[in-house]
Amino acid sequence: MAANGITLEQLYNGFRDPDTIKMLLAKIAQIAPQLPEPLRIMEVCGGHTHSIMKFGLHQLLPDNIDFVHGPGCPVCIMPKERIDQAIALAQQPDVILATLGDMIRVPGSDTSLAKLRAQGADIRALYDPLDALVLAQQNPDKTVVFFAIGFETTTPMSAVLVQQAEAMELDNLLLHVNHVLVPPAIDAVMAGGEATINAFIGPSHVSVITGAKIYQAAVDNYQTPLVVTGFEPVDILEGVLMLVQQAIAGEAKLEIQYRRSVSHDGNLKAQQLVADYFELADAFRWRGLGDIPASALRLKPQFNHRNAELKYAQILPTDPVDDHKACMCGEILKGIKTPQQCKVFGRGCTPQTPMGSCMVSSEGACHAHYKYAGVSL
Amino acid sequence: MCLSIPSQVTELHPNEDSVTVDTMGVKRKVSTHLIAEPLEIGDYVLLHVGFAMNKIDHKTAIENLALLKQMELANGC
Ligand code: SF4
Ligand code: SF4
Repeated sequence: MAANGITLEQLYNGFRDPDTIKMLLAKIAQIAPQLPEPLRIMEVCGGHTHSIMKFGLHQLLPDNIDFVHGPGCPVCIMPKERIDQAIALAQQPDVILATLGDMIRVPGSDTSLAKLRAQGADIRALYDPLDALVLAQQNPDKTVVFFAIGFETTTPMSAVLVQQAEAMELDNLLLHVNHVLVPPAIDAVMAGGEATINAFIGPSHVSVITGAKIYQAAVDNYQTPLVVTGFEPVDILEGVLMLVQQAIAGEAKLEIQYRRSVSHDGNLKAQQLVADYFELADAFRWRGLGDIPASALRLKPQFNHRNAELKYAQILPTDPVDDHKACMCGEILKGIKTPQQCKVFGRGCTPQTPMGSCMVSSEGACHAHYKYAGVSL
Repeated sequence: MCLSIPSQVTELHPNEDSVTVDTMGVKRKVSTHLIAEPLEIGDYVLLHVGFAMNKIDHKTAIENLALLKQMELANGC
């Protein structure tokens, strides 16, 4: 169906076209010598990490351009005590715990949701948050707790889940909310002063919802160019080219590469839905970054009846739990270390036997390095 | 866990706040709760964990690709 003047295949292939990739690489290589200092680009989102490693982009760029992985995966940044809370909830006989993605494989202090499930706990991996509605309907004698994770991209979906649960008067559907925000994480990385980052690529899907505008403050405060880019190789390389051009011109601007779906203001309907059901939490403890004020969302008080953290407060462990001593996820998320610098990388810690979340999540830096770089030890 | 994928609308289900989309041959029903303007058959949307989260502007996509092609020629490679 080419009713729109472009087919789905063209939409996919156009942004993976080898000739365009080569041209962009040549163009970047041609002007890179003019860079006043090496360009260290942080990709905040693990989706970018994954694409960069998969297509080997980091190896194709000139030596004075480097990618640094950042704190951009909701699985990677989940501190152990929050996983322990999910585990405690799943151990309740009347609870069905539902969550998205890789979350169930992340180790908590003693066990993981996956191990618990193997022992008989009722834990479901959902592909669509609204499937939690069906679960709640089908299990009226149980409480379904949705362990909600994700950045600004997934928060609107949780908002719709609350909206629908309210409309359907499903009293047995609760949320454990772990929705974190990208801009405070950028602040934490930059304010820490340890990471030498002088450019950012922002993930397109976050800005599809929020608009590019959420990054303006960071661009102004740190005088760091930021380009919102898509995940295809052409998208990433065009974004890099835009950053290189800015750096050579001595500019620090917010630009959008992914113009096909990102605007300055974003999806206003989705933003309104989030504002209807969520508010800023005082703080959230990020793995590796520690407590960051106003860096996450929580349910508004009028939805306390859906807040699993309140309803199960008595059984939820809240003490901070440190990572395994050898695991350097923290430093990796802060952009200070690379996976290869971790002693157990590829030895004690592999995707099959992960010791830290960066190896669990398919978008985690350690996982991407292991999978695509080969483990040469 | 949360990469979003472009897909094309193939069926409308206005009463269910959903549409059927085609992702390179794979068909599935997705929620349209986040989309303000009405969707039409043939529209492109970005999918994310079971939701259409925004339209993809095919015109801008074509322009973007055309611009890159132009650069290619100007660059002589
Ligand atoms: S889950 Fe993946 S795609 Fe989503 S924000 Fe994290 S790293 Fe990016
Ligand atoms: S290799 Fe494993 S233990 Fe080391 S930082 Fe990565 S996830 Fe942590």
